[in-house]
Amino acid sequence: MDEYEQFKTTYFAECAELLGDVEVQLSSLSDGSQDPEVLHAIFRAVHSIKAGAGAFKFTQLAAFSHEFEALLDRMRDGRIAVTEQGVNLLFKASDILSAMIEAAESKTQQSEDFGKEILDEISLIVTGKLAPSQTIKNSDDNQDSQVNQESAPDEKLTYQITFAPKTQLFKHANEPLLIIRELKSLGDLTSIPILKNLPSLAKMDGEEAYLAWNFELISNVRLDEVEEVFEFVTEDCDLEIKTVSDNSEPEDEIIEKTSVATQSSDPANQTAKSPVTAAKVTSIRVDLERLDRLVNMVGELVITQSMLSQQTNDLPSEQFPHMVRGLEELALHTRELQESVMSIRMQPVKSVFSRMPRLVRELSAKLNKKVNLTTIGENTEVDKTVIEEISDPITHMIRNSLDHGLEGTEERIELGKPDTGNVTLSAEHRAGRIVITISDDGRGINRQAVMKRARERGLIAETATPSDDEIDNMIFAPGFSTAEKVTDVSGRGVGMDVVRRNIQALGGRVSIQSTPGKGSRFTMTLPLTLAVMDGMIVQAGGDKYVIPIPNIVESLRPAKSSLKRLPTGQSLVHIRGHYVPLCSLHRVFNINGAITDPAEALVVLVESEEFGTTGIVVDELIGQQQVVIKSLESNYKPVPGISAATILGNGKVAPILDIEAIYRISQQELRNSPVPDDSDHSDVSENVQDSLASKEAATLAAQNAEIPTPSIG
Amino acid sequence: MVALETDTASNTSTSVGIPNADGMVEEETTRLTGTQQFVTFAIGAEEYAVDIMQVREIQAWTEVTILPNQPHYMRGVLNLRGIIVPIFDLRRRFDQGDTEATSIHVVVIIAVGDRIIGILVDRVSDILTIDGSEIRAVPDLDDSGESEHIIGLVTAGERMVALLDTGSLFRHEIISSSLDAVEEPFAQQG
Repeated sequence: MDEYEQFKTTYFAECAELLGDVEVQLSSLSDGSQDPEVLHAIFRAVHSIKAGAGAFKFTQLAAFSHEFEALLDRMRDGRIAVTEQGVNLLFKASDILSAMIEAAESKTQQSEDFGKEILDEISLIVTGKLAPSQTIKNSDDNQDSQVNQESAPDEKLTYQITFAPKTQLFKHANEPLLIIRELKSLGDLTSIPILKNLPSLAKMDGEEAYLAWNFELISNVRLDEVEEVFEFVTEDCDLEIKTVSDNSEPEDEIIEKTSVATQSSDPANQTAKSPVTAAKVTSIRVDLERLDRLVNMVGELVITQSMLSQQTNDLPSEQFPHMVRGLEELALHTRELQESVMSIRMQPVKSVFSRMPRLVRELSAKLNKKVNLTTIGENTEVDKTVIEEISDPITHMIRNSLDHGLEGTEERIELGKPDTGNVTLSAEHRAGRIVITISDDGRGINRQAVMKRARERGLIAETATPSDDEIDNMIFAPGFSTAEKVTDVSGRGVGMDVVRRNIQALGGRVSIQSTPGKGSRFTMTLPLTLAVMDGMIVQAGGDKYVIPIPNIVESLRPAKSSLKRLPTGQSLVHIRGHYVPLCSLHRVFNINGAITDPAEALVVLVESEEFGTTGIVVDELIGQQQVVIKSLESNYKPVPGISAATILGNGKVAPILDIEAIYRISQQELRNSPVPDDSDHSDVSENVQDSLASKEAATLAAQNAEIPTPSIG
Repeated sequence: MVALETDTASNTSTSVGIPNADGMVEEETTRLTGTQQFVTFAIGAEEYAVDIMQVREIQAWTEVTILPNQPHYMRGVLNLRGIIVPIFDLRRRFDQGDTEATSIHVVVIIAVGDRIIGILVDRVSDILTIDGSEIRAVPDLDDSGESEHIIGLVTAGERMVALLDTGSLFRHEIISSSLDAVEEPFAQQG
């Protein structure tokens, strides 16, 4: 049953979205939102999950979501008050729901009593036997009748149903068979197909709906449960449901629903419909794989286009005016096409941000701190490849802010601060990148403690006097944690360095600003996409390499007099009063035939959080270009110093440099085989001795105690 | 230069010296009774073979991009219609000297697990259809460890052809969990 499987896949995709919605709504509920639409939205989501679960016979899931839904139903019409415990219960229930969906998707068997505790609790609240959340004494008839019906399930009713699907029903990917199956699961079902509209085979249009059915359902379920079966198709069919009570007491309750007259008596039901109708006009669901293929193809097109323009660069425009103009337009259109294709994959960071209130809620309870989280700019869009990667770093930094940054409630009161701590998570676009900041109004970084720890760990030299900013950023050093005691909240000191490394692996940067007593702010900048990048193409010994533009500060051809050397063999270039370490690409990569004298070569100054500024020595610059990032590791092992590769206009592969790894390799080579000091300017070492050694170099210095490395402050 | 696609072992056209596999229909039927097809290629006088199902395409040598600090038998990477493919020199891998690669040399693009790699050889010679029972074990003579990369030996006329275990040959370069899943269809037959 391939089609069946396909429906299932769609269902699970929908579930994931619905659970995300539930999460968002629950968060706003826990923030004390009084908007009735919040509960309606949760109800609708759970209801949709339930409907699918029923259709696909995930009995456990269906049973649980049914109870969940019943609870929500009573909450939204006020029969059960929305208390804090109530919201907590909803949170737990949504966890179980998501675990059950996961199990159903992976086809793993869950124990019969999984989530039973919560289920029981819900059932007790729903039936009014348990009232920790103060059931409102609201003895309206509706409740009574419902209770009556629930307590008297033996009463069998006969429903007469006429169901005539319209063509749209199929277009909206509904399947009458599934509906009939679900109907059948409710009781004894007799179905009589109405064939009067069925044309002869020759005239038949495969996409039209010709069939209709008369059903007779004998069941003890309530009318609304029968209606529920058709909930998703009411607008796409002609439907009539009549109730004929079995005990010869004919109720003349006739509910007629047509696509024209959707005068549903239930206002909640009506609101449930409207967003769906709006959504189907404005967006479509596309398989991710197809989208990726499109993005890849456009990437290839960009490469071909750059090849064409490279080949025809020297074409005299007066001789081939049309050709030259055509190529210019092609370049323009390709760029535009690429941008619009990339924009398809752009998603708001909301999907990540929406998980954070939950995290803060749980953590603040665990840490016994009062925390208020504000999110700003959640509609800022980035490529989905980036979205997938930013969740962990953000989670980690928020944990850090809560655990280390914010003071406890008493401490805050003593300090004269409001007892509730504030954490702000924000996102914005800046200069073609996304900037995410996480700020808190906590105690800021304890610089004495950081310095002490850094010295203990040998991360900095005893004599070094780093600036405040530099001390703050030491928390990103490997194996650093100032927490007095190890907590299970923010890990065991492997935290921030991993965060930094992961962000750097994405071509991003992270830093921290802190004011003691006032708070600290993490700033993380990332490229908008991991699929394309602006790169500078450089050449060394006949080979071409790409340096990511965001890393590049400037490039220069150094004067011979500005080149210095440390006794360790480390070359330096003196620029505007600063000494910048150099590393030669040809030496790191063992490239033959490259220019070895830096005075004749070109220095590209690159910057990174890890080691500050350094100069990469290459033969020459070829030019700047947008490059499509290709993974090297899909078919080969990782290569040190190379983060990925791209394909140039000539069809050749060009490695994209990982400048931090290159710096590390060059430092390592210096240690292993120091270049003999053959020059006369060893005096520089004094000048740089007291400037802050970067962390990486400092670590080396601690191990080796002989390489002072400068960096631009 | 012409790439020869053999995604399914069905369209083996001649372009780089592979004789037309006239027994295409026969192949489909005989496979069931335990016969295997191999693409054979040569380095100097020595012949090697890989399962035809592994072979994606065969192309003439073109300049590759050298990656820094790699083993000497790793020649570099190639752009194969947007995929970056590492190219290995089989002669260097077996420590039999250098290949002065020119456009008459051939790169056989093969799939190893979910990885795509290329191996540089002198020439592609043949498609061999053999029964599983014809595969002989490798005599356990040297302890250089290289014989472990040979699954078995077959005789084709006067020639001896060594069946390569590409997964183990380049294990260090293309480590991947999927390698565990590399099928060895002839292992149990040999």
